[in-house]
Amino acid sequence: MTAAPEETARRQLAGLARWRPAEIAFWVLVLAAYFLFPQRAALIAEVAVIALFALSLDLVLGYAGILTLGHAAFFGWGAYAAGIAAARGWEDPVLGLLLGGGTAGVLGLLGAPLVLRGGDLTRLMVTLGLATVLHELANRFTGLTGGADGLQGMNVGPLLGKFEFDLEGHVGAAYALAVLFLAFLLLRRIALSPFGWSLRAIRANPLRAAALGIPVRRRLVAAYTIGAALAGVAGALLAQVTQFVSLDVLSFQRSADGLLVLLIGGVGWLYGGLVGAVVFKLMQDLLSSLTPQYWQFWIGALLVALVLLGRDRPRAWIAGLRRPAERAAP
Amino acid sequence: MLTVLFDGIAYGMVLFILACGLAVTLGLMNLVNLAHGAFAMAGGYAALVLVNAWGVPFLAALPLVFLATAALGAVMERTLYAQVYARSHLDQVLFSVGLIFMAMAVVDYAAGPSQQFVRIPDALRGRIEVAGVGMGIYRLLVIGICGAVALALHLALARTRFGSQLRAAVDDARVARGLGIDVGLIFTVTFAVGSGLAGLGGALGADILGLDPGFPLRFMIYFLIVVTVGGTASIPGAFLASLLLGIADVAGKYYLPSMGAFIIYGVMLAVLVWRPQGLFGRAGAR
Repeated sequence: MTAAPEETARRQLAGLARWRPAEIAFWVLVLAAYFLFPQRAALIAEVAVIALFALSLDLVLGYAGILTLGHAAFFGWGAYAAGIAAARGWEDPVLGLLLGGGTAGVLGLLGAPLVLRGGDLTRLMVTLGLATVLHELANRFTGLTGGADGLQGMNVGPLLGKFEFDLEGHVGAAYALAVLFLAFLLLRRIALSPFGWSLRAIRANPLRAAALGIPVRRRLVAAYTIGAALAGVAGALLAQVTQFVSLDVLSFQRSADGLLVLLIGGVGWLYGGLVGAVVFKLMQDLLSSLTPQYWQFWIGALLVALVLLGRDRPRAWIAGLRRPAERAAP
Repeated sequence: MLTVLFDGIAYGMVLFILACGLAVTLGLMNLVNLAHGAFAMAGGYAALVLVNAWGVPFLAALPLVFLATAALGAVMERTLYAQVYARSHLDQVLFSVGLIFMAMAVVDYAAGPSQQFVRIPDALRGRIEVAGVGMGIYRLLVIGICGAVALALHLALARTRFGSQLRAAVDDARVARGLGIDVGLIFTVTFAVGSGLAGLGGALGADILGLDPGFPLRFMIYFLIVVTVGGTASIPGAFLASLLLGIADVAGKYYLPSMGAFIIYGVMLAVLVWRPQGLFGRAGAR
């Protein structure tokens, strides 16, 4: 007796969604890093922020296939929203996080019709334009944002009313990792849901996806909005952990960093953003200590080299370490 | 008022020279080369070395700059860009962003982070008055050169054998190859000419746009706007889009100094909402 097609499909999807030992091991390693390197708490928090930003970008770029050069717009928006809230007496960090993510999501929802209006080229232009406009606005409205000097006087209250943010950044790192993990769970759920699979179908062939009855436009708007909201959360997290917001949260460099992280780790694969963030941050630290002024050159050289060598290669190496049957991991 | 219009036209003309190479590579060859501005910057710095350090007369330096950046473009195309033609847009974006970063760091290392000025001969510095409109001689020269280049380019693409070979190679590279057209060579030449023009624009525009290591990033958005608003694959479209952008930008900064930086984005949004394929675009975006 054969099961109904829906039943088979559901079982297949559920099978793909099972947690694999390698995934559990990965998160155990992350937790271990937190306890093993207490003096590196600030670095860990920073890596978590970059990873969260890369994850949000991956949903937009890797899963939905929307080319963007301006994802920093949402990151910076979230950072400024949380930063300004904290500077104006709205001290609770979780509220600030939700505010940053929520308003960035609204911005993404409003921007999506414009971004999705044209082809790849138009998307590049509109996303880049949006980030540039926000950068210019933040630079102009010094009363609200502090302009080029950065936002001063943030006052972030204790986490959950209990844990005061300490100077060494232990609470900050734990907070950042917790937010990253929660966001990862959400994204993993999304990526492995029928919604996530439909995004992949759209990326592979929008016309065919539409013919299959997938509401292409609505799905893309949803993906873009969620990606924007998560980028906003990442920005808010950075603002709260470092207690400072500067204009560079909206810079092109920030968007490009996100792309590079995904390029290092692999696009369209949730662990790509996480692995990429770790490698990227360590490399950035190393390069900027070797050549403080010109590390940008090596970042650029790496981008070029990775594209020429084939950007799926690092991911293929990692996949090669696992058994072939497990290659359909998220 | 007319002076603002005049300055806007000069500015737009420079933008056109800078972006027309991109309009061809991106519009016709479908190569997303965000590093186009790096070639323009290379041209600007080449002019700087030729004129300021070696004492070559400014007008004689311009063709040399064109040749130098065209040669650079040809080498880059053969060695690097040829590898990414067939790749996805995402790959091309990442690749060219990497090139931008490298170019910026190299220029920073070689020439320092500050803004540089190409010495322009005194004869070109003055202003003349025509029918009550003050016009800078240099800007007049820029308009003349750029206008001539635009016309030549349009005729070359629309009327010559090379132009039709290029269009054939773009439409269907395999069939074009079957007809005995050397597609690789055509692409190389096109890319080199586009880079050379960008270099020429960088040299001509150094005085109007400024020249520093941040150049490729600062003007990337302008190039993208010119190409998208003009609609891909049309020289007249890119030309009118450049003029529109130049005039809007100059007029915005002149009349609304506080909001001037946002005018071009307003224009961009208006065009995008009104005509998503660009002002002169064909239906069906790439």
